[in-house]
Amino acid sequence: MTSVPVYEPPPQESPGRRLSTFFYRHPRVRLWTLLALPVAWLVLVYFGSLFVLLLSSLWETDPFTREVVHTFTLENFQRIFEQDVYRNVASRTVQMAVLVTIADVVLAFPIAYYMARVASPRTRDILVVLILVPLWANYLVKAYAWRTILSEGGVINWALDPFGLHFDGLSTVGLWLVFTYLWLPFMILPIYAGLERIPTSFLEASADLGGRSFTTFARVILPLAFPAIVAGSIFTFCLTLGDYIAPGLITSEQFIGTVIYNIRGEALPTAAAFSLVPIAVVVVYLLVARRLGAFESL
Amino acid sequence: MVESRLMRILLRGGAVLTLAFIYLPLFVIALYAFNRNVTQAWPIENYSTRWFSVAFHDPDVRDALRNSLIAAVGATAIALVLGTLASLAVSRYRFFGREVITFAVILPIALPGIVTGLALQATIIDVLGPLGIGFGLTTIIVGHATFCIVVIYNNAIARMRRTSGSLDEASADLGADNWQTFRYVMLPQMRTALLAGGLLAFALSFDEVIVTVFTSGAEQTLPIWIFATLARPDDQPIVNVVALFVILVSIIPVYIATRLAGSSGLTAERPKRSAVAANVPAP
Repeated sequence: MTSVPVYEPPPQESPGRRLSTFFYRHPRVRLWTLLALPVAWLVLVYFGSLFVLLLSSLWETDPFTREVVHTFTLENFQRIFEQDVYRNVASRTVQMAVLVTIADVVLAFPIAYYMARVASPRTRDILVVLILVPLWANYLVKAYAWRTILSEGGVINWALDPFGLHFDGLSTVGLWLVFTYLWLPFMILPIYAGLERIPTSFLEASADLGGRSFTTFARVILPLAFPAIVAGSIFTFCLTLGDYIAPGLITSEQFIGTVIYNIRGEALPTAAAFSLVPIAVVVVYLLVARRLGAFESL
Repeated sequence: MVESRLMRILLRGGAVLTLAFIYLPLFVIALYAFNRNVTQAWPIENYSTRWFSVAFHDPDVRDALRNSLIAAVGATAIALVLGTLASLAVSRYRFFGREVITFAVILPIALPGIVTGLALQATIIDVLGPLGIGFGLTTIIVGHATFCIVVIYNNAIARMRRTSGSLDEASADLGADNWQTFRYVMLPQMRTALLAGGLLAFALSFDEVIVTVFTSGAEQTLPIWIFATLARPDDQPIVNVVALFVILVSIIPVYIATRLAGSSGLTAERPKRSAVAANVPAP
């Protein structure tokens, strides 16, 4: 004998259920109920602020009182484009960002390749954590640690001293080293993910066709890993472009970030106008990166 | 194996060297925290733990720590709500402008921090100032929450992609209302992802200095205290201790977060490697 299912009366129409029914019938409303808060926050706080920044770049600074005067002018942009100081600073910063990116690619490739293709799965998981965790260690502390290491009585010069060598660490070269250090994990992780996606059969096919290690590397691995390298370079390039803390700690040389930081008190409109330069460069860089297929590798 | 034996040995050597490079500054700063002398010379001659108690009893450090904790908890709470809502919408619906939402969530950490900072500063002065809201903990929290959303969002959406919408429908068919479905069906599936995202957001906020410089005014968080105190050579020993403390406070939640994400499939089944890269923050 089979048990007869007990009939349950339909549940009471609670407000929660009525609301659920309403949402079920109106999926648009349900969607926008979910989206309302996050969209409102981002639009009001973030895009609103960016808009205010854009407006600020069009305002005047009173030359005597240094007060911001709310009259529209293009003077700030004129100043940025015409004065050599700003142009030199911008080109120096872009050069630095390019050099840091190149150094990071060179440093990241071997360890990424080791993780993707040589290490055992267990070692690989440990390495991912070992690289991911210090990435989150305080960035200011890391920059500060490098200042101690690079300074006159620091670790580097202590190590070089027996060889009669000396390295002026608190310089542009030192800053290059520090930037390379700071963003290195951002390059390792995407390259590693990219290399892992290359099927072993491709490399075997290349070897079967007579390709030596270098040929396989240059004509199979590198082209396939290229989008991942570009993905990593988004981080190394963009983060270098807007940084003001590491340059301020390591060298007296001026970069885009340090200029904005230093003039924001007395000339906020000029600082705002100058801050559009890294935005423009980043947007162009992102567009190029997208064309190169980097976004699928992020 | 395609790689030759020599190649593999070279690669292993390279990997070890790179790891050493990554950890060198962290070890150096950890050692300096135990330096008895005020001068920062290498090698360290006398080790001691005296600066730990000096730092512990420093009133400015205590205030900064309290501010940092309040800011990190507040920003994480806001980001958890906003990030979860956005991830539910984007993962369960197809709608016009879906890509725009993803883009808008990511933008606050994609644009240089100095731009975000300057924009917030300009807004606080020009818009909030006339409304009677000045620089302070509130503005710090609002700024942090804005770029913490993406961390929660990334973690939640990666998890939602692996769970099926049919479970939600089954729950509704069985008579659950929206809240019950969220509470008893979706939340248990998302819990570890949200916890991992929350820990990362906490670490991100606790460490943030670039944007905070622009939003904090007279209030100090721990990183801001370090930044301000770097200019005072006599206080370097306390800075070293606080620096070590700050590293540990952010590394521990991140380590737990990677374990949490790992145990729930991120490293076990490897469906999408890049989920690891998606958790990469901008400092």
